[in-house]
Amino acid sequence: MAVRPAPAPASVSGWGRTAPTATRLLRPDSYEAAVAALREAAEGGRGAIARGLGRAYGDAAQNAGGAVLDMTGLDRIHEIDAVNGLVVCDAGVSLHKLMQVLLPLGWFVPVTPGTRYVTVGGAIGADIHGKNHHVSGSFSRHVRAIELLTGDGETRLVTPGDDPELFWATAGGMGLTGVILAATVELLPVETSLMRVDTERATDLDDLMARLAATDHRYRYSVAWIDLLARGARTGRAVLTRGDHAPLEALDAKARRDPLAFRPGRLPAPPRIIPEGLLNRATVGLFNELWYRRAPRESRGRLQRLPAFFHPLDGVPEWNRIYGRGGFVQYQFVVGHGQEETLRRIVRRIGACGCPSFLAVLKRFGDGDPGWLSFPLPGWTLALDIPAAMPGLGALLDELDEEVAAAGGRVYLAKDSRLRPDMLARMYPRLDDFRELRARYDPHGTLTSDLARRLAL
Amino acid sequence: MKDAFGAPQTLLLLGGTSEIGLATARRLIGRRTRRVYLAGRPSPALDQAARELRALGAEAMVVGFDALDPDTHEEVLGKVFAEGDIDAVLLAFGVLGDQAHDEQDPAAAVRVARTNYAGAVSAALVCGSALQRQGHGSLVVLSSVAGERARRSNFIYGSSKAGLDAFTQGLGDALHGCGVHVMVVRPGFVRTKMTEGRPEAPLATTPSAVAEAIEAGLRRRSEVVWVPAALRPVMAAIRLMPRPLFRRLPL
Ligand SMILES: Cc1cc2nc3c(=O)[nH]c(=O)nc-3n(C[C@H](O)[C@H](O)[C@H](O)COP(=O)(O)OP(=O)(O)OC[C@H]3O[C@@H](n4cnc5c(N)ncnc54)[C@H](O)[C@@H]3O)c2cc1C
Ligand SMILES: NC(=O)c1ccc[n+]([C@@H]2O[C@H](COP(=O)([O-])OP(=O)(O)OC[C@H]3O[C@@H](n4cnc5c(N)ncnc54)[C@H](OP(=O)(O)O)[C@@H]3O)[C@@H](O)[C@H]2O)c1
Repeated sequence: MAVRPAPAPASVSGWGRTAPTATRLLRPDSYEAAVAALREAAEGGRGAIARGLGRAYGDAAQNAGGAVLDMTGLDRIHEIDAVNGLVVCDAGVSLHKLMQVLLPLGWFVPVTPGTRYVTVGGAIGADIHGKNHHVSGSFSRHVRAIELLTGDGETRLVTPGDDPELFWATAGGMGLTGVILAATVELLPVETSLMRVDTERATDLDDLMARLAATDHRYRYSVAWIDLLARGARTGRAVLTRGDHAPLEALDAKARRDPLAFRPGRLPAPPRIIPEGLLNRATVGLFNELWYRRAPRESRGRLQRLPAFFHPLDGVPEWNRIYGRGGFVQYQFVVGHGQEETLRRIVRRIGACGCPSFLAVLKRFGDGDPGWLSFPLPGWTLALDIPAAMPGLGALLDELDEEVAAAGGRVYLAKDSRLRPDMLARMYPRLDDFRELRARYDPHGTLTSDLARRLAL
Repeated sequence: MKDAFGAPQTLLLLGGTSEIGLATARRLIGRRTRRVYLAGRPSPALDQAARELRALGAEAMVVGFDALDPDTHEEVLGKVFAEGDIDAVLLAFGVLGDQAHDEQDPAAAVRVARTNYAGAVSAALVCGSALQRQGHGSLVVLSSVAGERARRSNFIYGSSKAGLDAFTQGLGDALHGCGVHVMVVRPGFVRTKMTEGRPEAPLATTPSAVAEAIEAGLRRRSEVVWVPAALRPVMAAIRLMPRPLFRRLPL
């Protein structure tokens, strides 16, 4: 057992690289070390928060002046039940590692986000969703049990059956109910490591929504990349990619010899120093144009490798640095079915504001999830990246928040770095229950984060 | 906590009646600031400033603080930090003095130095270490172009700002990597009660322009901000000017 306190404070930020703060970074390599680290942090007076691979965009996994528990030191897979499709592993195990280990056995993770480089703890903490949300719901729905170290220092085995309150407060609870030490996750059987994909272009936003509403149910995975820089009649033009794991019979004889091979490649990282303003409306507009034109008008049943389908950005390590020193924010919101007009208005406003936003992602969510602070609602979710240095961006996003909240929607905390605190209760109706539960399990407020301080979570 | 755009939720203004400081507070209240501490020598003007900020929807507290009494800084400012995190400290107190008079009255000249330099050193050190304990926050210090090169007409004030400016840069280096952002702001001539009745210098500006530059500097996490920005090349040229020539300039 070893808790190695870093000699100097470490500067920590989220994936968007905005608002870095200093903390004591501890990297427990056993459950006992995690318990000791939490106890030590409680005495320090500024608490602790768990951190996975730091893929949350904002300040969720940082804790100014206190401790941050880097959970990637806890990365053992304890048990794989290859008959029933279950894995028991430490919370610091990444989905990348799970894929490497499980695919050859014919199993896949139940939900994957747009990057494989997230931990199981982070997947539960943010209750992440994937391209299969309309079919499978969020990640935590596939979690049978968690081992949770709560703020009072107790380690508890929490299941949705025995302790639904603590379980569903933890799912999406952004690490604030406790440190997840381990989890039991249900898996999805697959015959191959390839995807069978249909691609089509949508000419504008209404065309896109119509296509998604009409035929999404036929696909396990569905997502649309939308060009927010296109204006006028082309506003909201998009490329839809939808598909499922390819069955064995879809492979040719050669591919069938090793149908479960998983070999993701990576390109070199971008250079250390990026000129300011590399991403402007012209360069990004050109990129979006090429992307749209490159996509086939329509293609059916094309076989694609798994990383290319799910995690195209993972091919470029540290791509977040292309935004330069100022970093970037991701704005992701959801509005319910029937609120299409709000979505149209927001898409038009973003197009008109001149923000150089790369391809944004639009997805149709299925039913909402039981997590108290889980993000998904049945409806439409849009996510886009914007350089933080863009003047006036703060005020623009505040106005979009108003639209979203007025339509009964919400923004995603795992992506947030700038929400106004009073918006939170409007967007998350179970906030009071969440606060009350935290007070019960963590009377001294040991678990806290910059996100929690900023939003008075 | 500051958000992704560096907008603070809590602000401590040292020099609670400073026109530049209050313009900045108003601007930040328009973004995320909800709690403001106005630290200054008790006066009706200080109370009035707090009332005005409350009218904008912020919680505003008045704290007795005298730059000339550094022995009390630890206690007075410590109490503020004990109430909760401070996301940004704006050090805006200062006096211009009266150069012609102060040259004949060394005690008065020393008052300028004690306020602008020694008082600021003490307050900035107290705030700097409190921010360091928090692991986050910005310390914004109002220096001046007058500190860039001491002028015949203004060298008592100018030298106090030169000292403050150098001190602040050093403090910024000391706190680098501790989560604390230290920013030096160098305005030119700003139309406030401090400069009232004095002939305007070229590139004169307003408190709200300084406030805007401070907000942008917080967003960019800048280390040095000139207001207006055009002063930076101007002062670079003035710094390089040979002494005999500089002496003859009508500055
Ligand atoms: C390129 C990219 C694409 C993405 N696509 C998607 C997407 O499609 N869908 C989606 O939902 N999200 C997406 N995300 C967001 C990402 O999935 C989440 O932010 C996820 O939580 C990151 O996991 P992490 O291990 O990096 O956790 P971190 O970012 O380190 O932490 C995130 C949160 O989880 C908590 N946490 C982490 N570990 C633990 C633990 N052991 N115990 C308790 N709490 C813990 C932290 O306290 C924090 O609140 C994407 C992010 C990137 C960078
Ligand atoms: N105006 C300009 O042209 C200009 C240009 C460059 C830099 N600056 C600098 O910017 C800062 C703000 O200037 P401003 O224009 O806003 O001036 P201002 O309105 O005159 O404000 C000066 C402030 O300093 C306070 N102060 C003076 N002595 C103090 C003491 N001993 N203890 C506590 N507070 C004291 C004053 O408080 P009281 O109400 O108690 O007096 C007042 O709040 C100053 O540091 C100034 O040097 C100004």
